[in-house]
Amino acid sequence: MSNDIRIKKGLDIKLIGEAEKAVERAIISNYCTIRPEDFHSVIPKLVAKEGTTVKAGGVLFFDKSKEVVKFVSPVSGKVVEVVRGPKRRIDAIKIEADKTQVFEDYGKCDIEGLSPEEIKAHLLASGCWPFVKQRPYDVIANPEKSPKAIFISGYASAPLAADLDFTLQGKEAELQAAITALGKLTEGKVHVSVGKDANSPLSNLKGITLHKVSGPHPSGNVGTQINRIDPVNKGEVVWTVAPQDLVIIGELLLTGKFNAERIVALVGSAVEKPRYFKTLAGSEVSTIIYDKGLSKKSNARIISGNVLSGKEIRPDGALDYYSNVISIIPEGDDYELFGWNKPVFNKISTSRALTFSWLTPNKKYDLNTNTNGEHRAFVTTGTYEEVFPLDIYPMQILKACMYKDLDEMEALGMYEVAPEDFALTEFVCVSKQPHQKIIREGLDLMLKEIG
Amino acid sequence: MDLKKRLHILKRKYKYKKMAPAFNALHTFLYLPDETTHNGTHIKAADDLKRTMNIVIMAMVPCLLFGMFNAGYQHYIALGEIEAVSGGFFSSEFWTLDNFLVGLVKILPLVIVSYGVGLAIEFLFAVIKKHEVEEGYLVTGMLVPLIVPVDIPLWMLAVAVAFGVVIGKEVFGGTGMNILNPALTIRAFLFFAYPTWMSGDKVWVHGAVERDQAIAAGQNLDAISGETILGSLAQGKEAGYEVMDMFLGFIPGSVGETSTLLIILGGLFLVFTKIGSWRIMLSSVVGAIIMGLIFNQVAASGWITDSSKFYGLMSAPFWEHLIIGGFAFGTVFMATDPVTASQTNKGKWIYGFLVGFISIMIRVFNPAYPEGVMLAILLMNVFAPTIDHYVVQGNVKKRMKRLKVKTA
Repeated sequence: MSNDIRIKKGLDIKLIGEAEKAVERAIISNYCTIRPEDFHSVIPKLVAKEGTTVKAGGVLFFDKSKEVVKFVSPVSGKVVEVVRGPKRRIDAIKIEADKTQVFEDYGKCDIEGLSPEEIKAHLLASGCWPFVKQRPYDVIANPEKSPKAIFISGYASAPLAADLDFTLQGKEAELQAAITALGKLTEGKVHVSVGKDANSPLSNLKGITLHKVSGPHPSGNVGTQINRIDPVNKGEVVWTVAPQDLVIIGELLLTGKFNAERIVALVGSAVEKPRYFKTLAGSEVSTIIYDKGLSKKSNARIISGNVLSGKEIRPDGALDYYSNVISIIPEGDDYELFGWNKPVFNKISTSRALTFSWLTPNKKYDLNTNTNGEHRAFVTTGTYEEVFPLDIYPMQILKACMYKDLDEMEALGMYEVAPEDFALTEFVCVSKQPHQKIIREGLDLMLKEIG
Repeated sequence: MDLKKRLHILKRKYKYKKMAPAFNALHTFLYLPDETTHNGTHIKAADDLKRTMNIVIMAMVPCLLFGMFNAGYQHYIALGEIEAVSGGFFSSEFWTLDNFLVGLVKILPLVIVSYGVGLAIEFLFAVIKKHEVEEGYLVTGMLVPLIVPVDIPLWMLAVAVAFGVVIGKEVFGGTGMNILNPALTIRAFLFFAYPTWMSGDKVWVHGAVERDQAIAAGQNLDAISGETILGSLAQGKEAGYEVMDMFLGFIPGSVGETSTLLIILGGLFLVFTKIGSWRIMLSSVVGAIIMGLIFNQVAASGWITDSSKFYGLMSAPFWEHLIIGGFAFGTVFMATDPVTASQTNKGKWIYGFLVGFISIMIRVFNPAYPEGVMLAILLMNVFAPTIDHYVVQGNVKKRMKRLKVKTA
């Protein structure tokens, strides 16, 4: 049986500023910032109070509703500030890094000899659990439920994504360790997908079901692959892990150290020399973005993550816990005379409404953050379906989320989707509706009401 | 200080004020706004609703211009002052300044009243309901003058537009929320409220009604009339026009719907730009052809005799139905309205097919008013959500089945 996944519907957004395949070690960041908002729906209960010192891998906080899920520090140092928002919600935890890093020792593991419960307990205690996400709801996996399968996408199709074949080079041992361990936690298969012609370190691992993916974005989104391979039904759970996080899990199992180091791509048209950096999760982005990168005067948007689903951060902000890309693109806060009716050559469009990107399918574009129009009610139909490969009716499910009909949301396939699956429909939306936000709020509602 | 900056300062000033939507509507007409993305995708595709609507208007402009020439042409030909066209589409008898001026004087006021009244109501509702002025009426306002008889009194048009925009659209929540096509709601209102101005053999040619009144007042003049082809056929008469004239549009009818050639060009433009749904257009034509063939078969096999009042229209060749009356215009510009049509791709096939099928059916079975496109589209507008419901249920059932297989 062929395990190939061929996606036809979708859209490759080609942008200027792809990273050159060269890795530099980033300047060591003085501070490390962890923002609980990166862990959706987690209510943090602080362990490391202001002024205490932690080791790298030391517990910072745990989830109030699932106390076994621990969140750890990527660096060793002193907790200098706990930034709080309204109702004393924790917005950020800032750690001043020591000059010499000390690691918490969780002990080497004999993976083959451990039982599934021991592996689970080990990952929970060492702070590796937050890397395991689940569908439905696109949140950190519930450790009490066993998944029917685990999905790992080793193919990045998002615009300006970090090339995983490149960033995972030489990490076979860690990847194998993590997959062997996680494989014990499911009765089903571990599905790993790689690009069709890719030379991925993931292809030769043991204990996996390999899928070769081809086609335009969102073919690399794990949600697209789940929908093709083994869709989530009501009552079922699947887990997803990003390959760069598998490396961290693998290293912990092999060495006993929680090493949140990862290779991050600095990309985008506002970057002078786009390339890769080796850095830690939570590092200040200022350690990366200015050297042959962003000019200080320029009016640009810094995004932790890719341009479709990433988070906007300030120049003094930090890399988020999961991202392996920092994208920088120009801001578009300017007016354009008759911009709504004149022919457009420098922007991407799926229509041909005096937009000419269909003439140059291989051109790379320099897009900015302008919305190209105002927010409107849903009007046009059929545009989303062109870029949405899941077997789900996108506009109908969005509307169901907006009027909060739980039965309908469930029937239309809400258990299968994550916000990022609606990034492309949001990009092409003529009415400029915030699709990912609508889906996220819909999922949150279901999580609260149904659980 | 340049205009851009001045307007920006004004926009700031009007923010959160009552008149903000009205100001913004005008401002965004001039400048694409400086709005940036926040959460979600940081980049957006080039298309917005204004651009989309603008494309539809562009597709209709040739029909409008042709309609202006045709208004004058039908007027003078009914008076017997000029000869009928002889040289195809570019006939010199047709494209004259005299013809155009008659059309301009009659039709430009229709356009102005349609947009004036409609947009005024849109602005009013936007200000009251504190939302931005949505672009839906830009297309409706252009459609309306094209689908009414040329001599329709302006006050009637104004009343109908007000009715159509308020009852057809705003009560449902504005653009994107309406069930019925607003332009057809306006036309249906005219049709039922002022039937003498919407059908018969007097309304389609400029000056015919006036002349009638003059004769009634005792003046010794020849009556002029202009029967539409559908009207002639419904009365069992010959069509009275060459097939080429029907296709090119040198026939009486509503202002902008006569030229099938230009409508097809507009339709192709809409399909090419991916704004109009080719699924609806194609399936509607297929539906009309099938209904036409059925009627032809009925007439040919002698189930009805030529004394029947349906015989004239039933025996008209099936393809003729596609080029006479408002079928082509309705199919290309009205049935494809994304808000009121079916919204799923499968649903569009069914919806379009039924629009075409029922159009011809009503056309033939309604000899009092031999045209069915308007009513067929309005009827299918009502059924479109039901069609979508069943299409979506197919997807839901597939999901349920998957679950059952798993749990069994």
